[in-house]
Amino acid sequence: MSQAQATAHAEEEHHTSTGLSHNKILMWAFLASDCMFFGTLIMTYMIYRNRSVTGPYPRDVLNIPYTSVSAAVLLLSSLMMVLALQAIQRGRMREYRVWQLATAGLGLLFLGGQFFEFTEFYRDHGLSLSSNLFGSTFFVLTGFHGTHVGIGIIWLISLVIMSLRGTLTPAQAEKVEIAGLYWHFVDIVWIIIFTVVYLIPY
Amino acid sequence: MVQAAVTLEREHYEGSRIWSWITTVDHKRIGILYLMSALVFFLVGGLLALLIRTQLAVPDNTLLGPDTYNQVFTTHGIIMIFLVVMPLNAAFFNYFVPLMIGARDVAFPRMNAFSYWGFLFGSLLLLSSFIIKSAPNDGWFAYANLTTDLYSPGRNMDFYMMGLQVLGIASIAAALNFFVTIVNLRAPGMRLMRMPLFVWMTLITSVLMLLAFPSLTVGLIELMFDRYFGTNFFNPQAGGDPVLWAHLFWIFGHPEVYILILPAFGIISEILPVFARKPLFGYPFMVYSGLSIAFLSFGVWMHHMFTLGVGAVPNSVFATTTMLIAIPTGVKIFNWLGTLWGGSIEINTPLLFSVGFIAMFTIGGISGVMHAAVPVDYWQHNSYFIVAHFHYVLFGGAIMAMMGAIYYWFPKMFGRVLNDKLGQVQFWITLIGFNMTFFPMHFLGVDGMPRRIYTYPPGMGWDFWNFFETIGAYILGVSVMLLAYNIITTLLRGEAAPADPWDGRTLEWSIPSPPPVYNFAVVPSVHSRDAWWEEKQAHGTGAPAHAQPPVRGGAEEGSEGLSIHMPPPSYFPVLVALGLATVGAGMVAQIPVIVGVGMALMVISLYGWAFEPNH
Amino acid sequence: MPGIGAGHGGTWTGRTMTGRRRYLRRWIWAALGVLPVAFLSGCSFLGAGPQSADQPHADNARLIWNLFVPIFWLSVVVFVIVEGILLVAVVRFRRRPGQPMPQPIHGNTKLEIAWTLLPALILAVIAVPTISGIATLAQNPGPSAMTIRVIGQQWWWAFEYPDTGVVVADELHVPEGQTVRLELTSRDVIHSFWVPQLAGKQDAVPGRTNFINFKADTPGEYDGQCAEFCGAQHAHMLFRVFVDTPAQFQAWVQSQEKFPATPASGTAAAAGEQLFMSGACIGCHTINGTKAQGTIGPNLTHFGSRTLIAGGVLSNTPQNLEAWIHDAPGIKPGQASAQGASPGHNQIVMPAFPNYTPDQLSQLAAYLESLK
Repeated sequence: MSQAQATAHAEEEHHTSTGLSHNKILMWAFLASDCMFFGTLIMTYMIYRNRSVTGPYPRDVLNIPYTSVSAAVLLLSSLMMVLALQAIQRGRMREYRVWQLATAGLGLLFLGGQFFEFTEFYRDHGLSLSSNLFGSTFFVLTGFHGTHVGIGIIWLISLVIMSLRGTLTPAQAEKVEIAGLYWHFVDIVWIIIFTVVYLIPY
Repeated sequence: MVQAAVTLEREHYEGSRIWSWITTVDHKRIGILYLMSALVFFLVGGLLALLIRTQLAVPDNTLLGPDTYNQVFTTHGIIMIFLVVMPLNAAFFNYFVPLMIGARDVAFPRMNAFSYWGFLFGSLLLLSSFIIKSAPNDGWFAYANLTTDLYSPGRNMDFYMMGLQVLGIASIAAALNFFVTIVNLRAPGMRLMRMPLFVWMTLITSVLMLLAFPSLTVGLIELMFDRYFGTNFFNPQAGGDPVLWAHLFWIFGHPEVYILILPAFGIISEILPVFARKPLFGYPFMVYSGLSIAFLSFGVWMHHMFTLGVGAVPNSVFATTTMLIAIPTGVKIFNWLGTLWGGSIEINTPLLFSVGFIAMFTIGGISGVMHAAVPVDYWQHNSYFIVAHFHYVLFGGAIMAMMGAIYYWFPKMFGRVLNDKLGQVQFWITLIGFNMTFFPMHFLGVDGMPRRIYTYPPGMGWDFWNFFETIGAYILGVSVMLLAYNIITTLLRGEAAPADPWDGRTLEWSIPSPPPVYNFAVVPSVHSRDAWWEEKQAHGTGAPAHAQPPVRGGAEEGSEGLSIHMPPPSYFPVLVALGLATVGAGMVAQIPVIVGVGMALMVISLYGWAFEPNH
Repeated sequence: MPGIGAGHGGTWTGRTMTGRRRYLRRWIWAALGVLPVAFLSGCSFLGAGPQSADQPHADNARLIWNLFVPIFWLSVVVFVIVEGILLVAVVRFRRRPGQPMPQPIHGNTKLEIAWTLLPALILAVIAVPTISGIATLAQNPGPSAMTIRVIGQQWWWAFEYPDTGVVVADELHVPEGQTVRLELTSRDVIHSFWVPQLAGKQDAVPGRTNFINFKADTPGEYDGQCAEFCGAQHAHMLFRVFVDTPAQFQAWVQSQEKFPATPASGTAAAAGEQLFMSGACIGCHTINGTKAQGTIGPNLTHFGSRTLIAGGVLSNTPQNLEAWIHDAPGIKPGQASAQGASPGHNQIVMPAFPNYTPDQLSQLAAYLESLK
């Protein structure tokens, strides 16, 4: 369809029944669904706690201080996300890019830390997907969380690139807000995983 | 205004006809695509059903071997649930929800296209297993650990896993779309409690899909890791528990039952008031009972697992919740009776199917209460009694309602009225064939015939009813052929439909049949429930429906010309869906290159989608 | 609108219509009354089969059937009311020409409350015996009960009597009038133990133990079969329960506890024993008192005393046995594909032995049939 046709009735197009944008409601609905996804994975982990018939067991491999640091890194990235959103809402694009890149950078740091941690589990303790139930449940749960973080990083970097090319302007700050919803959600999920997997003693 | 509309149509459908269908983002075209695909799959699933019944017609039959039979009954179930009833629901969601709430399209037209193509490619992936004679063969419920690579070494269950995963993603996308559409795209004045009941049921179904499918997704992921990467989720030797799969599957599976039947409830609640010429009886109670069914549906899954040994206390709790869910269901049935009572009932095909629905669904509901009584379930579970029960719910219920919906909405979708005489004949043949096929299954259940057996010895007292059922199944086959004949001949040379052939009550009947691309030239204002009916009453009872202006609200915009922004067609949704299905195919074939190509296609198309101009 | 309502309804006028309607209504109620009777007679049509649940012969199955019958009659009442109102409504309120628009009634809160509470009451009535039934069936009968281990595997059942060490396949013997407690488990995938005339089904789940308690009250033979889909030959995972009088049962146990007699030399049976002990058979099968101590396949110690073989599919005759040894996968097809699953794992089924000559087969059969 030609560009000319796609004019007029702007107010009609933007009218929504709730006053919220479609995209924001979409994200909330998706996160509700994703809650069930992680909820199910976490339940699987909890049901299979203490059911491994061979080692290595969680107490043999988990390094709580190390993971506390990487959890703090991820939490800090949420703060950066808030600052990024605030910056773009106030029209400070340069500041926005800094905070947004910091968010993505901290996310990358978290992923790197997780990668290092997992290789250590594998190398030093022989913990793998197939070694025992703990390995299966642990790697699948944290792996899917890591995938979520990875998708989030790509998303945030895409936003920064868009802002550099001028296709993301303060008028579209809601795009950042929605990405932020996702990012905070992934952080909260990690807090739950961290509590369930690392902190609750066996 | 007419001129503008014509231009718009031409703009919208430019390019070759096939290409325009592939790239369409119009909810009505996508609805038609869903409808036609589902009807084709219905024929496939029905053919498999006839194979099953032919095999079981006589004892010790050797027509199908065990390997073939197990593939046939498994795919029959999967097709009927995921490839027929769900897409039929999706077809009507797509076509009619925007019309009923006074919207021009769904909230995310391209995502809508993706849902359809994801569904189609997922279905084709699943069915392609027949080509290499490795269709899924462990039942649609696929109880672990039978499904692990140790006990199901072929590709069969890989097709199941990846096919369902692709279908699940497409379904979640569709559910997200309808949720946002109904929440956010209602015409001014269309408050929640003024929405047609079908829209309400669509909303509830969407929420159920959003919350139920992740459980299946996780179950399938765990199975995939077990089969491909050596994890131990369902390996008892390593401490894994097959019962976990049963939980994950039924936490999805029971809400899924309501995902299948709630849209049917909505359809019946639309058809009855129109042909009884009375508003729906107890509208708010119909809404609340739908909501409570949805809520309770997450608390009844273990009634599929009473014999699995989960314990006396869970069994008691889940028996109670299962009985509880019968209460709102009963409320619905009584309200339908209340709608009919005192009405002025026009007997025609949609009405007959609706009445047939109530009659048959009641039987299925009653037998459902029987197996809620756990000790009785110890006998009825996995016997033909259960097969009878869920066919009364899913065929006597969902499919009957779908057939009614096809007769009811066909004029709106295609501008032609299906032959009503033939339709009534088809109804009676369906009713007779259906009851001949499925009612005796209660008897077989009493006589101790287990389900999912590919043959049985003589002398068990099962011979007569099995043969009888097979005859019924062929009669049912005739009825489906009649429906197909009616649809094809009507499409070719059917009677043209006016805008409002049934003297309807909801907004879809206020616009031409079939509706223009933009649905409503002016977005309507809604002032009450049954918006179109009330408007007709206000204009005087004498005014015939088709004499109303095709577009409500008049053309106040007037001479400025009417230029309605409609989303442009896009090929990215097809490509994303194709990429997704390619990943699935690569996983089944266990060829990493194909997985990589699919991934790349998906990611690149997603970026193209995200940055596509002018949406 | 074209509708058949107009065509038919047009001729019905005045009193005749009412009379005809009343006639029709009576006919509807009569038809609805006949249906449940038809249902009950349908169940027993052509005689009760060996797995008919309406012929309970143990406390467990009787509890189930006695719970079902009142629920069934309640269901009949609900069925007749709902379908009756439905049919009466459709017949009585069908559209007639010139009929005025019906009253637009939107609902009735009192009715809503009534038809919410009434089903709730009916369900509460059902829930009480349901929950007490669950508790009764789940109750551990204590040490007075005889424990029998039931092990499901693709595609046959093994029964072990821990008190006496007796191990059999395909056929379960229980004494009349004594509560038995079955401990169900599985060696491979989920199965379900179901003998409808004695007890409700319970699943045999690998890694778990489930229980069925029942006290049989009528001596006789009762058929059962696996009721959870378990792969290619799920349909052929049959078994038979023999309810013996206490004396018969004692005699059976004593005969099973003994080692079988060694066949006299020079007979066909002796040649068969030679073949058995030197062949692949001993890798999978146990015959007490011999060097055959395999545990993968059925224990054959008193093979000759059984009536069924091959997972309950064939009756125990020398001809059937020869055919089975010669080509088991041909008799229960689908086994071969499962066999290839994982060599060395315990999921192995009876292979074909095409190399035995007919003479050798009859010798093997003679030996096995001699194991009384």
